[in-house]
Amino acid sequence: MTTLTAKWRGGLVYAGVVVVVACCLAPFYWMLVSSLRRTGDIFDTTPLPSPLSFENYRAVFDPAQGFGRALLNSLVVAGITTVLALLLATFTAYAMARLEFRFKRLILTLIIATSMFPVVSIVVPLLKLFTDIGWINTYQSMIVPSMSFALPLAVWNLTTFFRQMPDELEHAAMVDGCTRGQAFRKVIVPLAAPGIFTTAIITFIAAWNEFLIALSMTNKPGMQTATVAISKFTGATTYETPFGSQMAAGVLVTVPLVVMVLLFQRRIVAGLTAGAAK
Amino acid sequence: MTELPAETGVRARPRRPAARGRATAGAGRLAALLVSPTLLVLAVVVLYPTLMALKESLYGAKGLDPSTGFISATEPFVGLRNYADIFGEAGARFFNAFWNTTFFTVVTVSLETVVGVAMALIMHRAFRGRALVRAGILVPWAVPTAISGLLWRWIFNSDGVANALLGQQILWTTEGFHAKVAVIVAEVWKTAPFIGLLVLAGLQVIPKEVYEAARMDGARPVRQFWHITLPLVKPALLVAVLFRCMDALRMFDLPYILVGAQKHSVETLSMLAQNEASNVRFGPASAYAVILFLYVFLIALAFVRLLGTDLVGGGDGRRPRRTEVTA
Repeated sequence: MTTLTAKWRGGLVYAGVVVVVACCLAPFYWMLVSSLRRTGDIFDTTPLPSPLSFENYRAVFDPAQGFGRALLNSLVVAGITTVLALLLATFTAYAMARLEFRFKRLILTLIIATSMFPVVSIVVPLLKLFTDIGWINTYQSMIVPSMSFALPLAVWNLTTFFRQMPDELEHAAMVDGCTRGQAFRKVIVPLAAPGIFTTAIITFIAAWNEFLIALSMTNKPGMQTATVAISKFTGATTYETPFGSQMAAGVLVTVPLVVMVLLFQRRIVAGLTAGAAK
Repeated sequence: MTELPAETGVRARPRRPAARGRATAGAGRLAALLVSPTLLVLAVVVLYPTLMALKESLYGAKGLDPSTGFISATEPFVGLRNYADIFGEAGARFFNAFWNTTFFTVVTVSLETVVGVAMALIMHRAFRGRALVRAGILVPWAVPTAISGLLWRWIFNSDGVANALLGQQILWTTEGFHAKVAVIVAEVWKTAPFIGLLVLAGLQVIPKEVYEAARMDGARPVRQFWHITLPLVKPALLVAVLFRCMDALRMFDLPYILVGAQKHSVETLSMLAQNEASNVRFGPASAYAVILFLYVFLIALAFVRLLGTDLVGGGDGRRPRRTEVTA
């Protein structure tokens, strides 16, 4: 192989990389660009907004849209779901990774299987139940069904993280006189902190992105989460879809996640791929 | 992570009772204590609703009972009538939703797999700027599906950028095959990078020596791909495909937002069940939910049986994880 063809090959690989990244980012970029146009030029197809305008962002935070409240609702629902799921999952994952007991594989398989469960199969009966007990338009009506996917996700991720930690650490602590509980609290949890943190991010993103549950369990605009609120944005007239403000709100909902992804991409990828590749 | 000095003198008793029977009673009690809260919560949020759906699917709606002419204040027991209706009266809508769900699953997962593997192969070759690339392709994964639905609705608007680029005037988000295409494009954009990441992780654990040996033996790149790369990333890929299938079978957000509710061309089983439930027709909605659940369950079972993928990995935590394919 001559150096020339090798160089060509290298060039092709990088051209391929550019294409891949461009395909991934282009739609997101388009959302950003469209959100920065004036309502009048929303149908422009220039790659840069000219003139730049924050009109759409002002429209999003118009009190009539109630978007601030929707963001708060999303934060509360996704936050509480994440905390509860992690709390339960940390103990369970520890047992799965470190203890020997009967039916372990069966239990872990069952827990993971629930994460593949169609959410709508849970939402339909719960919608009826929550209607009967007056839980519609409450936070708990969204948090409880969200546990059905958040908890298995957290258990699976954490189990993988705990398994990667050497047994010896814990044994050393126990030889030095710690009980198993102390070893868990003082040795395992601090060392697993990065894993717990990554799991928290992945769980939070999953809960934050949830749509079906929030859509079904709320009918009052004040209790809608951000994803539902944006899909119901109204324009100046009924027939006009407010694309500009939808894009601006979309950017606002996505940017925190994108920032998290940029900061912690290595960890998130490790967490996402942990189960599959080994 | 902190590196601890290797403990040389005192070594704890190697705790690895490989046989289940030898698990100590103490460990068993502790495990029960640690695991039961999770199982309890899952029983409440998954098992109980499922049983409720099963029961509910046997009941009709409140109101006028057509056979007796009485107004019932409670929901009448109708036996299997909801199911009979699905395959009879309401059959057209159900079979359409069933077909759409299956079609979307097969097409999107196949496309995602091909695109994802291609992405992974390209990224695997690039050495500089890998972190940046990884962050870039994680962006579609992080965008909420509901937002990506809106985003693609904007792109596929009749005066939108997709038509401008193609020089066409297609009404993408109206009924018709093009609506399916729009959903598929949006779905593949969001999830192919995820498969790409999983496959990339699989590629990175293949030792370089294998390829060198193949090159020595005169295997060309295409042959290397089919005979080395693909078999070795297959376990990782299969798990990814299984998860994607399960996810695609319950597709809701994207068609609901991108095209709309009750649209014949894109209505999936999840949308059908949700639509019935939101119209307070819990009986038929539960019947749809049960059927979707059974469908997902059967596909998952078929996957695990046919391909022998082991999702859970090494049961005792230390044995190398068994994800090989035995079929």
